[in-house]
Amino acid sequence: MSGQRGHELQLEAITQRFHDFVAVRDINLRIGAGELVALLGPSGCGKSTLLRIISGFMRQTEGRVLFDGEPVDHLSPSRRGVGIVFQNYALFPHLSIRQNIAYGLEVQGVAKAKRDARVDEMLALVHMSEFAGRFPRQLSGGQQQRVALARCLAVDPKILLLDEPFGALDKNLRLDMQIEVKRLQREYGITTVLVTHDQEEALSMADRVAVMSRGRVEQIASPTDIYDRPATLFVNQFVGSTNVLDGTVSTADADGSPVVALAGGRRIRVASDAPLTAGSAVRVSIRPEHLHLHAEAPGADALPGAVQTALPLGALVVYDLALEGGAALKVSVPRQRGEALLPAGAQVWAAPQPSAGYRAFPA
Amino acid sequence: MAAPRAPLTLPLTALFAAGFVAPLCVLLMLSLAAGDDGSAGLTLAQYARFLGDRFNLSVLGSTLLLGAEATLVCLLFGFPVAWVCARAGARWQSVLIFLVVLPILTSVVVRTFSWIVILGRQGLLNQILLGLGLIDAPLKLLYSEAGVVLVLAQVQMPLMVLPILTVLSRLDPNLADASRALGAGEWRTLWRVTLPLVMPGIIAGCILSFAASITAFVTQTLIGGARLLYLPLFIYQQAVGANDWPFAAAVSVVFMIAVLLVVVLLNGFGRRYEKHV
Ligand SMILES: Nc1ncnc2c1ncn2[C@@H]1O[C@H](COP(=O)(O)OP(=O)(O)OP(=O)(O)O)[C@@H](O)[C@H]1O
Ligand SMILES: [Mg+2]
Repeated sequence: MSGQRGHELQLEAITQRFHDFVAVRDINLRIGAGELVALLGPSGCGKSTLLRIISGFMRQTEGRVLFDGEPVDHLSPSRRGVGIVFQNYALFPHLSIRQNIAYGLEVQGVAKAKRDARVDEMLALVHMSEFAGRFPRQLSGGQQQRVALARCLAVDPKILLLDEPFGALDKNLRLDMQIEVKRLQREYGITTVLVTHDQEEALSMADRVAVMSRGRVEQIASPTDIYDRPATLFVNQFVGSTNVLDGTVSTADADGSPVVALAGGRRIRVASDAPLTAGSAVRVSIRPEHLHLHAEAPGADALPGAVQTALPLGALVVYDLALEGGAALKVSVPRQRGEALLPAGAQVWAAPQPSAGYRAFPA
Repeated sequence: MAAPRAPLTLPLTALFAAGFVAPLCVLLMLSLAAGDDGSAGLTLAQYARFLGDRFNLSVLGSTLLLGAEATLVCLLFGFPVAWVCARAGARWQSVLIFLVVLPILTSVVVRTFSWIVILGRQGLLNQILLGLGLIDAPLKLLYSEAGVVLVLAQVQMPLMVLPILTVLSRLDPNLADASRALGAGEWRTLWRVTLPLVMPGIIAGCILSFAASITAFVTQTLIGGARLLYLPLFIYQQAVGANDWPFAAAVSVVFMIAVLLVVVLLNGFGRRYEKHV
């Protein structure tokens, strides 16, 4: 193992154009030593492109990539010291597991004895010692992934890049491998970028999540902050589920927090990161699980509605409400054992939990 | 499964039997025939006559050597062409493939005479080399083995490029990327990852261009001239010139077996790689 643990990765104003199409637009990211950052975003938002730029397979149109403050743009992929695990693992089919893991060490000219010791160490690390003599096609998906990871870590890369590494695994195995990768990443303290379009994976594995959309980073924050304080409506909708209501900003109320008049006429207090000007259109968001149902009007900020359908999901019930003015609102509430569901047509009030509130985003 | 379909394959089987197996049997019988007088009985005399003569064996040897040389030159040029083709964009790829296939699309006679114009003593190639001052006297390219090898390599190029290209373009590009990310440069990646994985295509290409080169009667004869004797012309001379059909048949059979041996050898070599792909 290298003496120095963890390297800082910095992206400075990275832009990538393909002809006149901008795949990645002005991305600035600083990823600390030993940190695991997930790039989360829908298909085509530029995640893989960004990985290819970091690894050096693609030369960005503009901007700089720095490792520990040193620009690496002039370095070819073979000199950058970046380890990549591909979605399809890309193990060398003509080499045995042992030869696959030894490949990078051989290229570096590590002496045979030292190389063998290192390969044994890596095989043990990923619990694959007994499969050393096999060929990749004789392994299951999860085993192949372990080998891909070992092959990568054997050469002590500065940065580890994982491009949708769990996409090809079934659900149970995926969870096992996520835990395994997280363990190895911690153990090695290796700076890691994980690309995924699975929000659960991003939230559960990463120290910080960068949510991307159409070539931009919309927000980079801790998983809890991404969930609790989404910076944009896109982040809000992409991570978790949410209700979106249209409204107009009216004057602020007595204590200064902005108030929005909804399409149905109700006035609610909202929180917003951006300054709101009176009269402008906004979209108000609140997560189904941040709402409570009440039989009577509980006070300010409550919205009256009629139950349309009830979806019992075991420990939870999701109610679909029709608000005045016709907008729909989903409310997710815990359900006690034996508790009856609200019938369709029941009149109820939905109000935010004390710890939560409505968030407004410019429309 | 196979039974209901059998009648459908019957015409093809019949054609195969009539067009390939039957002549082969006739050839074999002819080569074993006792003598011109048509007397009954089988004999290996014709084979002994061919194999017992140093000159005959040297013709066989130089034919196989010619095939090996042409195949090697073909591979040396064909692999890079296929590699560039596989990496080129869709439009360039079709242009390159068209250029590679072009020799097959032109008549063998036209193609061969064009080469005579290029390779001759006063030919294009010598003019250029002389003009550039690279040589003092014209090179003997036409009617030389080097000339035959060069022309054969050009003509058989598609047989080499297409199988390699097929395997190359099926290769997962992530494999080369993984190799480079592990610290290997382009050349080492080519040598350690790409080449072994493309080996089945290379071997298929070699078998095809070898078989085509050693049997290329027109090219061998017109470019090689009368002094360079290879087996196809030798067989022709024996059959049509000397009217010695049994001997020509025996030489043909020996030739065929020699070629089959080379093919089996290459195939065995290829099988070592095949199982991984
Ligand atoms: N070589 C290229 N030439 C032209 N356009 C490209 C090229 N590579 C990527 N793109 C475009 O850039 C955009 C981003 O691609 P990228 O592969 O980075 O997406 P992604 O976020 O990884 O998506 P996915 O989740 O589907 O893998 C896409 O719209 C894609 O079509
Ligand atoms: Mg991708």
